[in-house]
Amino acid sequence: MSTQELVIPAPREIVTEPRRSDKVFRGVVTGGGLSSLVILGLIAIFLGYRGFEVLRQEGIGFITHSDWSISTDDAGNVLDSHFGLAAMLVGTILCSLIAVVIAVPISVFSALFLNFYAPGWLKKILITIIDMMAAFPSILFGIWGFLVLMPSVEYWAKLLHRYLGFFPIFDMQVPVYTRSPFVAGVVLSIMIIPIITSVSREIFSQAPLDRIQAAYALGATRWAMIKAVVIPHGRSGVIGGAMLGLGRAMGETVAVFTVLNIVFQVNWQMLLGAGGNVASLIILKFGDASPYEIKALMAAGLILFLLTLVVNAIANLIVKTTGKSGR
Amino acid sequence: MQTSVKPSSLADVANAKAPKVPGTAALGTGLETRGVHAWFGKHHALSNISLDFAAGTVTALIGPSGCGKSTFIRTINRMHEFIPGAAMAGEVLLDGKDVYAPGTDVTKIRLQIGMVFQKPNPFPSMTIGENVLSGLKLAQLKVDNKDDLLQECLERAGLWSEVKDRLGAHGGSLSGGQQQRLCIARALAVRPQVLLMDEPCSALDPGSTLRIEDTIRHLSDTMTIIIVTHNMQQAARVSDYTAFFLSDGGPGQMIEVAPTSEIFSRPQDSRTESYVTGRFG
Amino acid sequence: MTMIPTPTKPWAASTKDRAVDGSIFALSLLSSYLLVFLTPLKGKLACFVCFFLAYAIFTTAFKGIQRGNAAAKDALVNSLVAIGAIVTVIPAASILATVLKKGLPGISFNLFTHDMALATPTDPLSNGGLLHAITGTLTLMVLALIMSVPIGILTALYLTEIKGRFTGPIRFLVQAMSGVPSIVAGLFILSAILYPITKGYSGFMGALALTILMIPTIARTSEEVLNLIPNDLREAGTALGGTQWRTVAMIVLPAARSGLVTAVILGVARIAGETAPILLLTGGGDKVNPNAFTGPMGSLPYYIWKSFNAGSPEAITRAWAGLLVLVGLVLFLFTSARFLGSRKVSK
Repeated sequence: MSTQELVIPAPREIVTEPRRSDKVFRGVVTGGGLSSLVILGLIAIFLGYRGFEVLRQEGIGFITHSDWSISTDDAGNVLDSHFGLAAMLVGTILCSLIAVVIAVPISVFSALFLNFYAPGWLKKILITIIDMMAAFPSILFGIWGFLVLMPSVEYWAKLLHRYLGFFPIFDMQVPVYTRSPFVAGVVLSIMIIPIITSVSREIFSQAPLDRIQAAYALGATRWAMIKAVVIPHGRSGVIGGAMLGLGRAMGETVAVFTVLNIVFQVNWQMLLGAGGNVASLIILKFGDASPYEIKALMAAGLILFLLTLVVNAIANLIVKTTGKSGR
Repeated sequence: MQTSVKPSSLADVANAKAPKVPGTAALGTGLETRGVHAWFGKHHALSNISLDFAAGTVTALIGPSGCGKSTFIRTINRMHEFIPGAAMAGEVLLDGKDVYAPGTDVTKIRLQIGMVFQKPNPFPSMTIGENVLSGLKLAQLKVDNKDDLLQECLERAGLWSEVKDRLGAHGGSLSGGQQQRLCIARALAVRPQVLLMDEPCSALDPGSTLRIEDTIRHLSDTMTIIIVTHNMQQAARVSDYTAFFLSDGGPGQMIEVAPTSEIFSRPQDSRTESYVTGRFG
Repeated sequence: MTMIPTPTKPWAASTKDRAVDGSIFALSLLSSYLLVFLTPLKGKLACFVCFFLAYAIFTTAFKGIQRGNAAAKDALVNSLVAIGAIVTVIPAASILATVLKKGLPGISFNLFTHDMALATPTDPLSNGGLLHAITGTLTLMVLALIMSVPIGILTALYLTEIKGRFTGPIRFLVQAMSGVPSIVAGLFILSAILYPITKGYSGFMGALALTILMIPTIARTSEEVLNLIPNDLREAGTALGGTQWRTVAMIVLPAARSGLVTAVILGVARIAGETAPILLLTGGGDKVNPNAFTGPMGSLPYYIWKSFNAGSPEAITRAWAGLLVLVGLVLFLFTSARFLGSRKVSK
């Protein structure tokens, strides 16, 4: 074998001519794969198309004003209309934030418990229960929340108001505790705890075992180990999970509608029984809406769609980058 | 690796098997590679490999990990191109025809050049019998008598007597060594001219390894076999020719090829000698 | 003869440790009762909260005195994570208990043999039933299944087998699609199909919206399942002269079969109780309607919703009975998915 001055040839082009069956197969599968793009695109296009008239008439006021009124003459012609989502958007964000603030610590604690404290048999049972909760229909949470949870939440809301009323968010002028954003937030938090718990559990379980053992070998207590190894590893994953929960909470319809009193007025006082929610607004107004109002509801749907899309996109980016760097 | 083994003893092993005059078997002209290079993206993995594989011989490819042995045999049956970014240069000639020539039917090439993988991988959803005949279904080939073919392939793979009563059982119910022989039988069913084996025994125990080596010796009467192995004793036991591959940081190269007994008794290159005497690798 | 020592576990909790734990437990229980008794705090929930707080404080203090600062923190976190886990599962227990308690009185034989065509939600429970809702929900599920399974599995195949240029973006879009609020899916079908084309409520419209919600669940779970199929098998199929299509159809999909079934069942469980798009699209008839393409179609969520909003005690009982049936259905689907998913793929 002569290994002298070898001229490295240019790489040859590999020509693979797939058979017709494979071409068809790849075409069909690619078509199916692109369906998510098509569906998401169509949703944006159709809601935008239907809502365009209202969006153009209201302009930026559609998200900054909070009137929602329409008057028609006897023939059904629109005389005057004002559509503004401000109160609904504020309400949506308020309820979802309350839900996330309640759910994140509980979820993180239970994810830690599942990964590092629970014995094997208990872990199995708990994971089954939590996955099962994620599969419960939202109407179940709504009705249970209304009939069972709301009375006790109202009781705690009264306590919060009495002892922590000096914080502006716990303050209120009129003592109406029923169907407040706080109640909706608690119901939502129960709905998203399973989601955040399973995302966090997944991320925590990827914490490198060698580093965990190294921490123990240095004489760390379990908490010291978690603080030194698991939390730094999982922090951004938990944030991503929380964002996923936030997205889910923002789009939730029936459960919120059941426990929230919808009022067209911006209200940041979470204990007061007057809130707003874009998705619930659609259900509330849909039944007896005139064709023009339906267009306004379509526009509201578009805003909600875009809002959840952005939140979910950010969440997925965060979870994805953690998953990579974690390994 | 086998630091205690002296080169002479490996040579003895190599000489102990029945001598075989290359090229006597009544087969095609066999397989030949000319100046084969391989890349993974920018990484030049294999450089300028030219080898003749005479029909009806067993050629062992030896060398340390990462020297491009597996890449080389995967360029032969065009499995190389499945890795994203893969590229190659040179020619692989089967019966004088370039397998990379435009217009070649890749699936036909793979039918002619069979392959056995490192880990036994019987298809989990199929029974033992279905596994053996799966190649016919995959390539949509017709045979007159499936039962005869099934028995013949299992006999040649040395598995018939062990499984003849439970052909309907799942492939996963066999032991590791039996699974690997099942995979050999599966590769035989489409009647390939050449059989590539990528470290077929590395996941098996010594007993199963010996049975597979036995099978390889029998098969070499009717087909050309190329086997990648880390085990030099295995190379000495089963092969007629041995090629030594090495990568010195750059792309993998072939250092030396010779009849197996010579590689282990009178290696020409000092690096080959160091490797076969166990000084590195 | 050598003596074989009895195996021991020196790291397990000793009797003394257990006694200490037990007394802390009893102490916390006692103090929480005292707190509820003596202060304005009232109710079961308050008792729970006080107990948890007391337990956390007592264990922390005890460990702190016994072993110092680090051990105290450890003990505090110990009780916090346990509380977190308990708080997580309490709602599930409460929900299931409530549904059983309130739903069972409403369950009767005529529920499964009658529809509500001749009854209103406020009628006595002996009138009418939810046959129309059960058949409607099953129809919706089957239709959504027929449409979403091919698309979902094709999407998963694109992500695992083709791995083309769009793999990254499509994986991202599927994730994004799983976050689409159900009401938005309903509005979309309303605006794109119901208003311009069919101009009338029907079960099929509801099924279309459910399909949108189901695709991402099926696609993501199937992708995970297909990724578990070792690449060896694909290579072996190709090395035997199989085209990609035949390798996928004959080897990859059969090997992943039980996992794919799990994915589909999870998808169905996801949409079985979906309410918002049903309210917008199906019209919610009170009669058994065998034709999914014309006329309003009832379904369990719609029935529950309608009864719940009717408000009378009979109607509420109907709603709970409907919820019990719905939860039973979802749990059945969920359990079968678990069972199939946990069964190992034969090697």
